[in-house]
Amino acid sequence: MSHNKNAAAVEQILRSSGVDVRKCMRCGKCTATCPAFDEMEYHPHQFVYMVEKGQIDKLAASPSIWHCLSCFACMERCPRQVEPAKLIEAVRLSVIREKGQNHLKPEDVPAMLDEDLPQQAITSAFRKYSK
Amino acid sequence: MKFSYYPGCTLKTKAKDLDAYARAAAVALGVDLCELPEWQCCGAVYPMAKDEIATKLSAVRALMNARDLGTDLVTLCSACHNVIKQVNNDMKTDEDIALRVNNYIKPDVPYTGETSVLHFLEVLRDRVGFDELKKKVVNPLTGRKIGAYYGCLLLRPSNVMAMDDPENPTILEDFIRAIGAEPVIYGMRNECCGGYVTLENKGEAQRRSNVVLESAKAKGADTVVTACPLCLYNLKKNGGCDDVSVVYFTELLAEALGVK
Repeated sequence: MSHNKNAAAVEQILRSSGVDVRKCMRCGKCTATCPAFDEMEYHPHQFVYMVEKGQIDKLAASPSIWHCLSCFACMERCPRQVEPAKLIEAVRLSVIREKGQNHLKPEDVPAMLDEDLPQQAITSAFRKYSK
Repeated sequence: MKFSYYPGCTLKTKAKDLDAYARAAAVALGVDLCELPEWQCCGAVYPMAKDEIATKLSAVRALMNARDLGTDLVTLCSACHNVIKQVNNDMKTDEDIALRVNNYIKPDVPYTGETSVLHFLEVLRDRVGFDELKKKVVNPLTGRKIGAYYGCLLLRPSNVMAMDDPENPTILEDFIRAIGAEPVIYGMRNECCGGYVTLENKGEAQRRSNVVLESAKAKGADTVVTACPLCLYNLKKNGGCDDVSVVYFTELLAEALGVK
């Protein structure tokens, strides 16, 4: 990504999330409390400093964005109100808002269903994974 | 005590019990839950991005309808509650979001977060009162050891949800006491069950749900209660712990009130 294009991508992530990455003091509490820690390549605290460093491409290409549970634990427990989950959401949106980049496709859903699966699961997965 | 009531999509389909037991209990407690005449699915997850407008509209419509009816809005599903309450907070505190939403909907009177959103548990605690509830119990669940499972959505983010202390909540434990059972406090009661990842990543949901149930079991719970259909599904289906039963809190409420 060119320098200007990358700067624009960072700006969009920051604007969309409303997060001020400079408030982070690198304590790692968000990552320590993340229930999806073991599933992630980049962890919540890394999202914060990698956005600050402009490494959007790496984050956008990482499967980590599909593992966040949006449980708000990192947001609740951050001593500096940085709200890493909002950054992860903004990176995920920057991916799925591009044409053809939906992570969950309707035709894949029937094979994922079982008789007890609540509608809430399908609705929320579509909200998180597709546009 | 009359309220507008927002059931949400899953309470009309896979989680009919959560809804039906609450309605039966409400009648017994003199609480009038009037389903909103028209409502749309809330979307099940709060759209966190500042530039998401369309995904917030259904919640705003429900909030606005409740305002126009002059009632507080009661929710039951943890996810609906989280979405509607957080969107309401946006409408109240984020001028840009409120302006764009109102421009889109063009209501006769712009909506700026006037409606009070209450979870049914808050109705029980703050309007009925747990002491009053206790007096109406005809079938106390004596001897049952019940773990409250808050999950993530009832409590967080606490500055918006404002239901209880996010790390040391008591509302469900006090509810459990009111219906005559013994609450079991366990470490993972406010950690995530795995949520929507169950759809494409069963393993992740199984690991999360197991951690929760094993924690409740280790503290001696025979039952875990939840207000969330997806938590119920994950704990039952992905939890793999047959010693602990998982039920909606409204089922135990209806049982205790003799209306199950």
